[in-house]
Amino acid sequence: MRDEDRPAAGATAEPKPREKLPCPSDWTFELIERYHQEIARVARNFRLDTYPNQLEIITAEQMIDAYASVGMPVNYHHWSFGKHFLSTEKSYRRGQMGLAYEIVINANPCIAYLMEENTMAMQALVIAHAAYGHNSFFKGNYLFRTWTDASSIIDYLLYARRYISECEERHGVDMVEDLLDSCHALMHYGVDRYKRPQKLSLAQEETRRRERETYLQSQVNELWRTLPQRAEAPSEREAERFPSEPQENLLYFFEKNAPLLAPWQREIVRIVRKIAQYFYPQRQTQVMNEGWACFWHYTILNQLYDEGLLADEFILEFLQSHTNVIYQPPATARWYRGINPYALGFAMYRDLRRICESPTDEDREWFPDIAGRDWQATLDFAMRNFKDESFIAQFLSPKLIRDFRLFAVLDDDHNDKLVVTAIHDDAGYRDLREHLAAQYNLGTREPNIQVWDVNVHGDRSLTLRHSEHERRPLNDDTTLVLRHIANLWRFNVRLETVSPKGKVVHTYEQPYDKREHRR
Amino acid sequence: MQQLIDRRLNGKNKSAVNRERFLRRYRAQVKDAVQRAIKGRSIKDIESGEKISIPTKDVTEPTFGHGRGGIWETVHPGNEEYVPGDQFDRPQGGGGSGKGQASNEGEGEDDFVFEISKEEFLNYFFEDLELPNLVKTYLSSSQEFKSVRAGFTVDGTPANLHVIRSLRGAIGRRIALAGSKIERLKFLEAERDRLRKDHADHGEELKLIEAEIHALRSRILAIPYLDPIDLRYVSRVRQPKPTNQAVMLCVMDVSGSMDEAKKEMAKRFFILLYLFLTRAYDKIEVVFIRHHTQAAEVDEEEFFHSRESGGTVVSSALKLTQEVIERRYPTTEWNIYVAQASDGDNWDSDSPVCREWVEEKIMPLVQYFAYVEITDGPEQNLWKEYAKVKAVHRYFAMQKITKPADIYPVFRELFKKQYKFAE
Repeated sequence: MRDEDRPAAGATAEPKPREKLPCPSDWTFELIERYHQEIARVARNFRLDTYPNQLEIITAEQMIDAYASVGMPVNYHHWSFGKHFLSTEKSYRRGQMGLAYEIVINANPCIAYLMEENTMAMQALVIAHAAYGHNSFFKGNYLFRTWTDASSIIDYLLYARRYISECEERHGVDMVEDLLDSCHALMHYGVDRYKRPQKLSLAQEETRRRERETYLQSQVNELWRTLPQRAEAPSEREAERFPSEPQENLLYFFEKNAPLLAPWQREIVRIVRKIAQYFYPQRQTQVMNEGWACFWHYTILNQLYDEGLLADEFILEFLQSHTNVIYQPPATARWYRGINPYALGFAMYRDLRRICESPTDEDREWFPDIAGRDWQATLDFAMRNFKDESFIAQFLSPKLIRDFRLFAVLDDDHNDKLVVTAIHDDAGYRDLREHLAAQYNLGTREPNIQVWDVNVHGDRSLTLRHSEHERRPLNDDTTLVLRHIANLWRFNVRLETVSPKGKVVHTYEQPYDKREHRR
Repeated sequence: MQQLIDRRLNGKNKSAVNRERFLRRYRAQVKDAVQRAIKGRSIKDIESGEKISIPTKDVTEPTFGHGRGGIWETVHPGNEEYVPGDQFDRPQGGGGSGKGQASNEGEGEDDFVFEISKEEFLNYFFEDLELPNLVKTYLSSSQEFKSVRAGFTVDGTPANLHVIRSLRGAIGRRIALAGSKIERLKFLEAERDRLRKDHADHGEELKLIEAEIHALRSRILAIPYLDPIDLRYVSRVRQPKPTNQAVMLCVMDVSGSMDEAKKEMAKRFFILLYLFLTRAYDKIEVVFIRHHTQAAEVDEEEFFHSRESGGTVVSSALKLTQEVIERRYPTTEWNIYVAQASDGDNWDSDSPVCREWVEEKIMPLVQYFAYVEITDGPEQNLWKEYAKVKAVHRYFAMQKITKPADIYPVFRELFKKQYKFAE
């Protein structure tokens, strides 16, 4: 439909010489509108499908506020947001850190913040990057489509904030804070990795909550019946584990099964879990998402420049910030902090376009399906159907591996030395691609910890199992997190580390201390 | 559909609640930091924010994660010379190849550092002084203003509308706009009446005149009774309250029995008086007089931090105080406040001298004399003598203190008096 409005100019048609857009360093509302129109036109011609845009001009202080609440325009209150606020504010004041130029929210309409201090060129860059790049990614990528509901997230956060402040009024700030602390510690373990959630409106959410509260409590009571039926022999019962299958979503498990939580506490666990789920796709698509946005701000603004709409000083300023963003320091540099997702993502999409437009023999051999195809369709497909891990496994080309001069290092704590296992040569391409993809696999990046067993008939203690991967141990926070788990479960908690052979190699014990939690 | 919204005017303190939650959670640490700051700060320097640092391990939010060890095979960019099979030593300090936790050299900050504002700092300072809330607001507020009428303006809030002025302006405008027309109207009406009485036929003329009369009437009617330009509002400006200068004389016993803790307490006592004075006066000078058997005027550093030993003759300090006042601070130009801190020890026969000196020489000169005795022990003769002064002079206050909360009552009378001025 959109394409019918206008003949497919832009990308391919010969542009008419047009008047350049003015490029003063100070922006005005009129100018932002004009730039936005042009950017929107080009994006349309490139067939970018986006949510409607809502651009909001904010001050630096408001940007710091937005930072502190993980970018969301509303959120419930918690000290940890205050902590982020204080540290951002401090480093900003001291000049250690510039603020990000943009924050964009996966909502419908898609909200993009433009900071007052940005120059006109930066505003245009942010519009192209956030309002068209990220926005189309949010709308198109399968993870976001499956796990997040852009049209209701703001409503849900409003509901969450209201509910949590009601709880604070009824039960005191300390109780709620205590609970939120525990939930936050498990936030990364509050997501369903495979099951699909339902989408609910705010009103439905409200009514469902009440029903849920009463129903859940009755279920829990059933499970923890105080008069056990002694008909069967205990040994038989012990053979049955509860839960019958290991549970990966710890928060979900506590919400449904923790014996002593009050209904309002279960609801708060649920809120944290829902929000964690909302952010889960973002954690899985860092490279893809940022790369996509960088690719599009680069492509759109260059298209505008080619049409003769942008002044030279504009494009120079733009290129300078662009190169800063996609710079990848080599591993030997002192400021090397791992692979820059912006750099990798941008390079991969550019490379995909190259493979489509001017493939080499190597590309034809490695990517027979896409070499020489329509690049827009190919990129669109790549954006929609992958996450970082699979995206890299699928599309990282030998040429890029050479360009980045990638190499793999094996660090085995049984050896004194580190070993270089693969470099950017014929023998190494596949290995490197596999390892880099694995590096972005959340499943291996985070320890795999699941609910294993509950001693339903005895002391009600909970056993978690950590399946060891490559002999990697848990970090020093583990005891603290277990204390939070005990706080939710209200009985003793045990964490067993299990080797791939199924042997328990290490056990953490965390007794539940009633006094500690009765603040 | 697209929109551009200017949010800059929306509130910017969205994080205020979260910030307050954070401070609340780490209250104990923040308070400690403030206490330390008070120790290190000069009395006059009490009114600014403070940098607070909390050990990072106390503020982390724990999560499950991998520690160092096991097998990691990681990919890095920028290979220069390696070929497969090369071996090298594990880099020191950082994880090297552990999840991109590259070495953290350089800016290793162990503490979580942030700043609290002046108001917050004072709040923590006031905390265990147990000041009444009214006093707290009084001390935390900035300079006082009073609003004064300053003529009239053409814009303002409806509440400030000055009705009489506005209507007076409206009358003037109506006269100015309608005056000439009314005159012409009167003339035309007279003319019309004259022509009607005339027997000759003036049909054409009368028609013209009627038309003009009609036009004039409608123009006059079109002049509004009250126009926005008539409105006048009362204008008020905020004028700073007139203030003047004061001197604060801090007198402290530094004999051997005054230890660090007691001096600490005395410092708070002096700070509180200083804070009070900053609300009331523009310019404040502080004089430090310390004494053991002899008195000397010293700077703040020496006042709080050097130690002396030996006996105590309080009257020496009182004599010096009186001298300083008479020599440098004439009562006609200065408001004089004396704050004295001691542990109550005095040479026995000196105490009656002190009483006399205070009662006769000092009290007539000063606005307020506050005495604190920092001791757990029984009353001594200086206390008993001073009690006699208190019986006579209203603005002489004395208090025995063992903890910070005891300090405020010394100033009770002072604050009571000031509210009356303030209200």
